[in-house]
Order: sequence, then C-alpha cells, then structure tokens
Amino acid sequence: MARRLPPVDIVIVGMGWTGGIMARELGPTGQKIVVLERGGPRSTEEDFAVPLIRDELRFAQRTDLMMDTAKDTVSVRNNPTEEALPMRRLGSFLPGEGVGGAGAHWNGVSWRWADHDLKIRSTYEARYGAKFIPDDMPLCDWGVSYAELEPYYEKFEYIAGVSGKAGNLRGRLQPGGNPFEGARKRDYPLPPLTENYAGRLFTEATKGLGLHPFARPTANASRPYVNPDGMQLGQCQYCGFCERFGCESNAKGSPNITVIPVALKNPNVELRNWSWVQKVMLDSTGKKAVGVAYVNVQTGEELEQPADLVILCAYGLSNVHLMLLSGIGKPYDPQSGVGVIGSHYAYQGTASQQMFFEGKNFNPFLATGGLGAIIDDYHADQGFDRGPLGYIGGSTITAGGSGGRPIGYRPTPAGTPAWGSDWKRATAKWYQSALSVNALGAVMPHRQNFLDLDPTYRNRFGQPLLRMTFDFKDNDQKQNRHAAELCTQIGKAMNPTRVNPAFYPRSWSVVPYQSTHNTGGAIMGREPGTSAVNTWLQSWDVSNVFVVGASAFPHNSAYNPTGPVAALAYRTAEAIRDRYLKRPGLLA
Amino acid sequence: MSQPKVGRRALLLLAGGVAGTAGSPAAAQVPAAAAASPAVPVGYTFLKPSEAVFVEAVVTHMIPADELTPDGVELGIATFIDRALAGSWGKGDRLYMHGPWKTGTPNQGYQLPMTPAELYRAGIAQTNAWCETTHGKTFDRLTATEKETVLQDLSQARLKLPGGLPARAFFDVVYQTVMEGMFADPIYGGNRDKAAWKMVGFPGVMANNAQNIAIFNDGRRFPNEPVSIADMS
Repeated sequence: MARRLPPVDIVIVGMGWTGGIMARELGPTGQKIVVLERGGPRSTEEDFAVPLIRDELRFAQRTDLMMDTAKDTVSVRNNPTEEALPMRRLGSFLPGEGVGGAGAHWNGVSWRWADHDLKIRSTYEARYGAKFIPDDMPLCDWGVSYAELEPYYEKFEYIAGVSGKAGNLRGRLQPGGNPFEGARKRDYPLPPLTENYAGRLFTEATKGLGLHPFARPTANASRPYVNPDGMQLGQCQYCGFCERFGCESNAKGSPNITVIPVALKNPNVELRNWSWVQKVMLDSTGKKAVGVAYVNVQTGEELEQPADLVILCAYGLSNVHLMLLSGIGKPYDPQSGVGVIGSHYAYQGTASQQMFFEGKNFNPFLATGGLGAIIDDYHADQGFDRGPLGYIGGSTITAGGSGGRPIGYRPTPAGTPAWGSDWKRATAKWYQSALSVNALGAVMPHRQNFLDLDPTYRNRFGQPLLRMTFDFKDNDQKQNRHAAELCTQIGKAMNPTRVNPAFYPRSWSVVPYQSTHNTGGAIMGREPGTSAVNTWLQSWDVSNVFVVGASAFPHNSAYNPTGPVAALAYRTAEAIRDRYLKRPGLLA
Repeated sequence: MSQPKVGRRALLLLAGGVAGTAGSPAAAQVPAAAAASPAVPVGYTFLKPSEAVFVEAVVTHMIPADELTPDGVELGIATFIDRALAGSWGKGDRLYMHGPWKTGTPNQGYQLPMTPAELYRAGIAQTNAWCETTHGKTFDRLTATEKETVLQDLSQARLKLPGGLPARAFFDVVYQTVMEGMFADPIYGGNRDKAAWKMVGFPGVMANNAQNIAIFNDGRRFPNEPVSIADMS
C-alpha cells in the first residue's frame, strides 16, 4: 500500500529546463510546489569538475549523464507490421536523467521557431494549395503565432545567455544575422561566439553561392554574463567537451545554473530527487487529477503525492508515456485515425557531406556546443520554392562542430581500411584536415508514425514501455536527399581535396546517434478532437494537468527545439499564474 | 610522464603460461621490461589465458607497430579491453536485459541476451573453434593474411560461427573496444603515453581556449601537447 503524503498545491514531474522554468516562475505565487525528479542531484562543483568531466569514454560513449536504459527505455520499430523490440542501449537519441535533464548535456543551440512553422498548414495551403499536403500527413497549425511567443523567446534567451546576432530587429534587417528570422524586439544578450576555421570557410563559400550564412545562435556564453535573475555565467573556453557533458565553466546556459537554483531559493519549492513518477492519479470521473503516484528509487517505497495541479515536465517522450499510463486523453489509433495521445510523433532528418582538405588544419577540438556558421535559406526562406521539389519542410545547413573527441570523431576518405597501418596513416593524416557540411531536416507528421504502449516489454516497475513506430516517409526522404545534394554543392564550393559520398538515412535506425529532438505525441492545438493540449499546454480532458515540452509540437522543424520548448513553458507558467490559479478550469 | 613498455604479451611470455606466441613476428619486438612500475598494473582480471592470446592477436593485427605508434598491445589496448569487460559496462550496465529475445531488424539494434563480456567470451570461443575447424589452429596462430581474412569475414558477416552467434555482433563489440582502447583517456589502460592522441593531434583534456580559438582559425595547426586526466590530477 502506497504511503499517502500531505497534499501540496502543485506537483511538477521532472527537473530539467521546463520543470525548472515552471518552478522558478510559479514559486513566487506562494503555492506549495513539489518537484519530483527520478534521477539524482547535479552540481558543477561535484559532477562537472575538471578533469573528471573531460572523459569521452564515460560521458560520450557510455552516456553517463543520460537515461539508463536498463531501467526504462522505449521499444522501436519502423512500421506497424513489425514487432517492436526494446532499445537495449542508447543510440539515436539521448534523453537526460537527473537534475537538469537533457539541459545539463545539451549543446545550447537556441532558435525562435517562427510562423513558417507555427502556421505551417495555412502557409503551405496558401502558397501551394491544399492538395500539396499528402492525405497521410496530418499537418496542423500550432494555434499560436510568432508574435505571441516573441516575448517568451526573448525571456529564455536572456535567462540562458544565448550568443548570437539579430537578423531582424523590429522589422529591420541586420547585417550578420539570420535575414529569415522573425522580427525581434531585442538583440541576443551576448555577441556571437568566435568563429573557427570551418565556419570561416563555410561562410565564404555560402556567400559566394548567394546564400546568407550567420553564426548559429547558442547558449554558450561568448563573454561572462549575469542573467536577469542575477545568475552568473562564465565565458566559454571552447574545450570541445560540450554536448553529452556538463560545463565546468558555467558557460553553457543550462537549467542547473539558471532557473533551478533560483527556484530552489524559494522555500515554497521542494525538490525530491530519486522520485520516479509512475502515473498521474485521477478521481473516479477520470476528468480530474488528484496527484501522482511515485516510487522512491533508493528505498523502493511507493508514495502518493496529492496535489491540486499536476505539471508534466519530463522529457517529451516520458510526458507521452505518463499520459498513456495514466489514461489521460484518448490514445491514438493508427487504423482509424481516432484519438490523439501518441499521434504526430516526429524526429529529425540529417544529411552530410564529408570532405578533406590537404594541408589545412581545422583543429576540431577547439570547439563548443553550438559553434558554427549556418544557413536558413532552404528552410525559413519562404522564397525557396518547394513546388518543383515536392516536399514540405526544409533543412538548415551548417559547418562548425562541437568537438573533435577521437573515439567518436575520426573521419577518413572512403575506401580507407578500417584497421591496420593504412588506417592509422589515413587517420593521422586527415583527423586535422577533415570537415563536413551537415544538414538538419524537418520531419512532418505521418499517420503511421506514432507512440503507444508496448504490449510485451516492461520497465523496472513492470509498467509497459513506450512503443515508438517511426520511419522517414516519402516527404522526409525527398527533403533529406535534396539536403544531401545541397551539402555537396556547398562543400564543393569550399574546394576540398577529396570528398566522400554524401550521406542521408534511407530509413530510421535506433543505432547511430542522430538527434535528441523527439517531438509530438501530446500535441497542442485549438480543437480538443485533434490535439491533446490547448495552446497553454493544458490537457483538454483533465484540465488540472499541464503537459510541457516538445511533446506538444505538432511537427518537427529544421531547428533545434529548446527555444520553443522554453518559450511555451514561460507562456504556460504565466497563464497558470495569472489566470488558472485565480480560476481553475480550462483556459481555452 | 614516461611509462614503461611492458606489453601484456611480455607478461604472458615471462609467466610461461602461453604457448604459441613465441614464434610470432610481433613477439620478437617485445622490449625489455622497464624498471619503473607501470601506471596501470599489468595482468588480466577477466580474460582467460586463451582469451588473452586471442585479444592480443586481434589488437596487434588491427593496430600494428609502425612509424606512428607501437602496436596495440604495447599501447595497452588489450588491458583496456580486459578492464572494460571486467567492469560495469562489460557486465551489462545500462543494458536493457529483459526478454523475450528476438533477432529483429538491423534498425532495431543490439538484441542478443548477452552482456558485452558474455558476448566477447562466446565470440572468442566460436571464432577460435571456426579457425580450428578451417585452419587447424586457433586465431592467434594464423598467418597475418589469414587473420585479415577472418576479421574481414567477421565484419562483413560472411563467416558462420559454429555456435550460431551473429558474426557481425561479435565483430562490432571487438572493433568498438579496440578503438575505445586506442583513443580513450590513458587512465583506462589503453592509449599509453597518449600515443594515439599524439598520432592524430588531439590535445586531450585541455582547458582554456577562448584565446586560442581566435588564433588558430586560419588553417594553422594547434600545437600537440596532449594532457590526460592523470596529468591534471
């Protein structure tokens, strides 16, 4: 029998970026808040100390800061005719675990998704006609506009210390920034990072092709910085141990050094580590949450935490998992197309062109998370005509790099043996002189890409695993193939000595790392029949449950997702504070 | 800091516990044992004698001594593998180990009911059994050409192992650990003297490059003085 704890006002599940933002913003309301985090505490001093943290084997190869798949994982398959099998170790994507979540080990790339994404269906219908959208692609507008999100994007950029250059300041284009971004009221809080040689060559080549390169915006502090909460960030030292690592310099804008410590200064906010939430408890009507059931993973004790309001802030996939385990909303049925929970699962496409430059040294280890030059011409630019190409979406294309750690990074020309002295000579010769141009591509929703509960495999508590059914569909394939061609064109303009065949994935594999940008499954929208949550990320079915994260995205873009994840979290926090707490009930 | 070049092979030879290595070309290169004690103590904690001979043979074949580095055993890669298999990763840390067990598609990734250590053990036994059946001797006693063919066939899944183990699964874990042992921080037993980092020009566990990033952005090479965890500890 679970032990029932004294009630609190608000329980938050997960202490990463979104849980930290919620706790930070709602703490001052005077509500009693408990945050349940299934992993342990993390501090710069103890967990990210040098030289301990600069260990490629432990953190990059063995994924020490990430979700432990021995305890909980997902099952995966490419289509509904296959039998899903458990992802037995991490590979394709790397969800976080512990305080900070994936925000502790992210790279920092921070975008403002604008109306070409937020109003994607109406944009494409207006430009290309409704028939351009395939029948099996349930493309949706998000129900919010860029103008509505703009203040919250700005808030996040100033909290996280994003380095970048405005491209559109109050409607006036700015040299050096992204000319295709939405109009912003303020520039980034920090100037762009120092460009490396890879970025320079990419910038020169793309300018020569008539494209519009700019420094990728990223929460790696280009200078020492104090954020609006008074939290201090150090200057990035370009150590090359960023993605998959914590930052010893406090130069990566992570929740661990920004929103979380601010939230925890408030005596109303209590963080309980090692608290693994198993489900949201509903009352007999199934329309109201009464709290959450969780396990103390250090003692095994089962506990119930009653609360008036439940805010799910786990990794997006775990948010969907908890909704399905709790019976919140109608699960999606891919046969009938009825139901919403688990639908619109999306991922991201990739493409790359590996090149080699005799006699030039890129020093790939002088690097940091979001360092690099990038173009948005084949994604945010609405002048880019998709008509002849026949796809929806697009790709951002970049060169730069977050590190040159040699277990994972050792490019050699095609045809090089995989071992032996010839392999050693090629590895020694080209390690410094290799460079790739990489594309990150959108993924549109598809009726056969979805999340549900696995019928066979279970987690450490005997609960069904989340089952992921996903593959790159025709639209994605066209886009990724085009992106590979673009990478090759740009690459050749950089005058390499040798080039490898361009790469893009023909189908999705769980094995090689691609992107920790899993989206959808509990999507936002203006109508309860076609979305799981309203635009305040509030469950249509259980109005005292909010579901915050990339689970709310109706499709995936060619941008990294943390910008809108955080902006939507700030918008939701404001709505809870100013409206919901005064008058609980549906906000829309 | 210099480290003595005591190969595991040398230890085995000194112990007199292994037949068959003495005549191999690589064995002739074993240097005299240095006087200082090594940073990572010699000796195996997981590999049985026949397994150690197999691993040393693979490591020496894949990472031969040449103008760039000493051979893989001299680099400590066999020691790295032994420690990795003896430790938590080898024992299945972070590996979801619940059935039912199905082969699945390549896109679904690793699906065998074995930890890395169990996979290594089974793979060595089955590869040696295949070599005995086909060549009349274990892998370590094959010629360099024969070894190369066996490794190529394992990597291409052309070789049918007698116990039914998928050849590619075994090859993948071998290749992964050889490369990890070569390039991981020397604190794990491989990459002795940071030789692999020196080979490519990776500076290791370095720190403050806010100035360097602006200087070394014109194609010039960053000076290669690699620093390891032990150097900073």
